[in-house]
Amino acid sequence: MKARLVLIVKFVLLGSFFSVIVQAQTKKRNKQTIKITFNNKVNQQHVILDSAQYINYLNETFTINKLKYYISNIGLQKPGTRNFIEKNSSHLINEEDSASKTFSFLISSDNYESISFLIGVDSIKNVSGAQADALDPLNGMFWTWNTGYIMFKMEGNSEQSSLVNKKIEYHIGGFAGTNNVLRSVKLNFKEDPIILKKHRSAEIIIEFDLNKIWNVNNKLSIKQTPVCTTPGVMAANIANNYAAAFQIINVINH
Amino acid sequence: MLFFFVVIATAFINKRPIHKLTYLKLTVPQGWPKPVTNIFANNPLTEEGFQLGRQLFYDGILSKDGNFSCAGCHQQFAAFANFDHDLSHGFDNSFTTRNAPGLFNIAWQNELHWDGSINHIEVQALTPITAQNEMAETLPYILKKLNTDTSYIRLFKNAFSDGKINSQHLLKALAQFTGSIQSYNTKYDKVKRGEATFTISEALGYKTFSANCNSCHKEPLFTDNSFRNNGIGNNVKLPDFGRMGITGLSSDSLKFKVPSLRNCTVTFPYMHDGRIYSLGKVIEHYRIGIDTTQPTLDQLLRKRLVISDQQKIDLHSFLMTLKDDIMIKDPRYSQPVNSRILPSHQ
Repeated sequence: MKARLVLIVKFVLLGSFFSVIVQAQTKKRNKQTIKITFNNKVNQQHVILDSAQYINYLNETFTINKLKYYISNIGLQKPGTRNFIEKNSSHLINEEDSASKTFSFLISSDNYESISFLIGVDSIKNVSGAQADALDPLNGMFWTWNTGYIMFKMEGNSEQSSLVNKKIEYHIGGFAGTNNVLRSVKLNFKEDPIILKKHRSAEIIIEFDLNKIWNVNNKLSIKQTPVCTTPGVMAANIANNYAAAFQIINVINH
Repeated sequence: MLFFFVVIATAFINKRPIHKLTYLKLTVPQGWPKPVTNIFANNPLTEEGFQLGRQLFYDGILSKDGNFSCAGCHQQFAAFANFDHDLSHGFDNSFTTRNAPGLFNIAWQNELHWDGSINHIEVQALTPITAQNEMAETLPYILKKLNTDTSYIRLFKNAFSDGKINSQHLLKALAQFTGSIQSYNTKYDKVKRGEATFTISEALGYKTFSANCNSCHKEPLFTDNSFRNNGIGNNVKLPDFGRMGITGLSSDSLKFKVPSLRNCTVTFPYMHDGRIYSLGKVIEHYRIGIDTTQPTLDQLLRKRLVISDQQKIDLHSFLMTLKDDIMIKDPRYSQPVNSRILPSHQ
């Protein structure tokens, strides 16, 4: 009797084992690739590091020689419940490295109506010790004087800057308290939703207009603020501006 | 059925690391608060990780010119503070701007550095490694040096399952070593455990301590880990507003972390800028030196402490019972005998 019971238990175990494998396989087959590209622009011009001259709303001129920012916790929303959230979602967009501006992940075939993400690195990862990959301190986006990630970094030059070498330098960080610079962005695909069928893929192209960092929600000038490298009101104001500088340019259903 | 077992067995074999890790546990002495919860949460403490961290701690390879190891400014005989240095020496004849604190019981500290600027032990080492007036090195170059060193290649392989030499493993190994340094075997601890007794002077000093010092230098860690302005005033030649630089709040001006009094007889000089050289003078500061005009002066110090000359002598005797000779001489914390060539733990 006992031996028979053990045998039955073994078969049940074996059965569930295979069903898990089969389920996992089917799940994988239902997953399709979605590719996201971030295009950095100033007004209508593509960002060209070092050489291109830009003009802001106050007719101040500037160049950009370094541009890096974090995009994390990406989510895609669909009409019902159960939205998609990318696991271990941390992407460092670095203008210098064109490969960094495009990334892709797997997502189940479905219709999606909007995308959401965080500009920066969420607070948990700012307080949990040494991280790797996109969050490796090697990437030059980590403060050693006051633990935390630089969420957005833009450096360049401007005739209007009073700093040495006419530098402009914006290292926007601070993940806690009233001047937290973490900003969530949600962009609606409107009449162009993602319709992701089996064995197909989709692409989202997002534009980031850097000229908006001067004047969307808070008016800033290079003359008065050529530098911001500490958490505080100024950093929060700049974050308010760049949070409104992202828009969907194209959604392609392949 | 056989197939089933083969599948399971293969999965098990594939998952098993090539080498065995020896897991360690942090000692939490009886009656102590819980250590910082996330200190080893993503960094399991192992003998292999600890030994790699120890090796790195004592190695100048982490500095630009090879002259400055962590241990250079954190000496074991000084309870891992910098013996007899108000400020420490860094790369190219530079000075640090703050006094090197003793490294022990870090597992009970949520925020590190005098201003609490560091929120996790794993990322602490980045500051001294990259500071121009300390080790003045860069992470990419350290990794390059380590990746060409055969003994480090082996030590990283021993300590981490993927064996990679990257910044995360470097920092985690250092954190395993520094986070494991513990002080809980002073005469004071032995008295508390019933293994020793105070002399009359020490017992009287303990009374004075309990009445005057214990609210900030709270037992058993001898710090409450808070930030306070103790009224020493700003250093004219080296202005430093402490905690305010991190929080941006004027109410935090001139506040610094309350240091532990454990091992204080060997961690001189004292204060964030090392301006006071003796314990007697520290007590003197609290008796007559506090600048009571400072707006952010700690509430508990608004009235200067009333300590008689005899009480001062007894207090000094008590403070001497806080020296942890076992920690200071513990061979597990000391410089590896054969630096960079440690026995493999396989």
